[in-house]
Amino acid sequence: MEETVRNWMQDRFAESIVREENFRGQQSFYIQSNALVEICQALMEDPDLDFRYLADITSCDWLGHEKEMGDRFEVIYNLYSLSRKYRFFLKVMLPAEKPEIASLTPLWNGANWMEREVWDMMGIRFTGHPDLTKILTPDDLEGHPLRKDFPLTYEIPQFTWNKDNPPEVIR
Amino acid sequence: MGLEEKIPDSVILTSLDKMVGWARKRSMWPFGFGLACCAIEMMATFMAKYDMARYGMEVFRPSPRQADLMIVAGRVSMKMVPVIKTLYEQMPNPKWVIAMGACASSGGVFNNYAVLQGVDRILPVDMYVPGCPPRPEQLMDAILKLHAKVEKETLKQKHEDWGRSVHR
Amino acid sequence: MEGRTLHINMGPQHPATHGVLRIELEVDGETIVKARPVIGYLHTGIEKTMESKLYYKALPCTDRMDYLAPMMNNLGYCLAVEKLMGIEVPEKVKWARVMLAELTRIKSHLVWLGTHAIDLGAMSMIVYAFREREMIIDIYEACDGQRMMTSYFRIGGLANELPPDIDKLVRKFLKVMPERLIDYEKLLTHNPIFVQRTRGVAVISPENAINWSLSGPMLRGSGVKRDLRKDEPYSGYENFDFEIALGKNGDAYDRYLLRLEEIRQSLRIIEQALNGMPEGPYRAHVPGVVLPPKEDILHKMESLIFHFKIITEGFKAPRGAVYQGVESPKGELGFYIASDGTNKPNRVRVRPPSFINLASLPALVEGGLVADVICAIGTVDIVLGEVDR
Repeated sequence: MEETVRNWMQDRFAESIVREENFRGQQSFYIQSNALVEICQALMEDPDLDFRYLADITSCDWLGHEKEMGDRFEVIYNLYSLSRKYRFFLKVMLPAEKPEIASLTPLWNGANWMEREVWDMMGIRFTGHPDLTKILTPDDLEGHPLRKDFPLTYEIPQFTWNKDNPPEVIR
Repeated sequence: MGLEEKIPDSVILTSLDKMVGWARKRSMWPFGFGLACCAIEMMATFMAKYDMARYGMEVFRPSPRQADLMIVAGRVSMKMVPVIKTLYEQMPNPKWVIAMGACASSGGVFNNYAVLQGVDRILPVDMYVPGCPPRPEQLMDAILKLHAKVEKETLKQKHEDWGRSVHR
Repeated sequence: MEGRTLHINMGPQHPATHGVLRIELEVDGETIVKARPVIGYLHTGIEKTMESKLYYKALPCTDRMDYLAPMMNNLGYCLAVEKLMGIEVPEKVKWARVMLAELTRIKSHLVWLGTHAIDLGAMSMIVYAFREREMIIDIYEACDGQRMMTSYFRIGGLANELPPDIDKLVRKFLKVMPERLIDYEKLLTHNPIFVQRTRGVAVISPENAINWSLSGPMLRGSGVKRDLRKDEPYSGYENFDFEIALGKNGDAYDRYLLRLEEIRQSLRIIEQALNGMPEGPYRAHVPGVVLPPKEDILHKMESLIFHFKIITEGFKAPRGAVYQGVESPKGELGFYIASDGTNKPNRVRVRPPSFINLASLPALVEGGLVADVICAIGTVDIVLGEVDR
């Protein structure tokens, strides 16, 4: 099945693939961000491959490792085929200044809340999303918590020696 | 010889403090504010094996207007803080608060941007129960200690406490 | 006759929303025009906390997410880290993990059954369900000492050896449970009020279920045959003989029958695991990565040094990313761990089944009555700790 997917991708979308990886038996393709919706639609409609199940959309921040990975932000799409019982990953790298990518809500209804969470926690904007608002963090929290430059806001507990001047926030 | 012989059998003499204390202790209605994992242990305390109904705490009122005792069970997230304050203000006096679990007492395992480090930053707490989650026997012990405290409280002391400020 | 719709707020504090869930409803009479769940009242920042801890120390954070099935979260995380490091665990560990994971599934379904029934009015069900749950908690306590958050599955094996009386405890449970299941069926299955409140409520078709990325009993209730234990087996599930329950109509009544059948199949798996449990060590032997057993530390020098180094510095993971999915009682629970070559994970993503199943609440509820919202929330089987993380 791995060979089939690789040949299918090379036949149709060879110019959009940046590289292919296989780590611990899991196949993933790094693609260009403008080809995403086209590739997903073709994967969904192909009767042989039948990737109709979008399991997860998530993101990762590689601040400090941009040289090895390409760019700062990475968005990972986890696709599964129910008839062939095969899972593989599509990954897109986005730049730090303007992380934007097309939304998958026209194809899958389940992508709605997954993309809202990625926007809330990592700050990646999905163009074409019907309702891109905060979903998990409180309304008065500014910033995107899962980015590496957002501090954990760890409080040192009060003991008798620092009770009068408690340090509020570190790290 | 003294006054005792003039009293018929069907009269009990007591002070108002003791009677009110006894009544408040025996019929406290909990307002189970179950947020997270501690809520499941709180439910288990009120179920068949560790039955709390034998101490008079049978009914779990869902509305704050009808409850006396607020058991904050679970981690308090920052988004939930205005909600808890509103609910506490809606409860009529006299009211007591138990902070159940490590997360409600002091932030617990989670020391980060999203969790309030202890519910005593916004509410006056009467009893802290440590544990993650505390065993049902621990919660029962805390409730019985609170009952003993309530029984001994005088009306004057409670009146002074009503205006007390929140810790920190 | 023209009228305006009414906005009602089923607030974060509600006796029947299983936690702090808020739903904004727009109703026209008794019919719902629009429903919008608002979540985030239990957000704890677990994913960010796990990024700042070593792989070992991030393990207890996973217990607190889905707090009704804590061992299942541990299992997913341990399997993901073992896949990342390339560790192979002994056979005994695999069978013990399967047995305890199925006990966890029964425990979670019992709490679901109790709370779902009390929401719909059958108030005595919850007392029976919690009575059985206490028996499973006795088994947890014999293993590790804690009632709920055990963190019993560790990276490379188990925390301690299985207790010597585990056979007796589990067999007592296996003997008692089938009769109790018949009692539950007598209470609810043909009860006319229960049937009327759940039949035809919160229906979803198979195509819609796949499009909304549902998983677990929500997907199987509509007839789609998908179970991670059969499709992508992990931890030795291919050696066990069990069946997958499927529903026909996709309504709440079918999902209730499906979950009862899942409990029966789990009892089958537990019996097979107990009968065929192999002998062997309870941890893999990978020096530098897996903690050595406590007896060795007191006698051997290398074990002491490795123990010290693993606890203080941890181990360095290779660069790369893995995904491991397990079949939790709520659906497909997945752990995606991305590592940058150091001893702390760069990103731990938990694919929460309750969050993704809850996103489909508008599709289940719009066009129905207000009382059906309670039934719909109960049948989706959400745990707010996992939805908000």
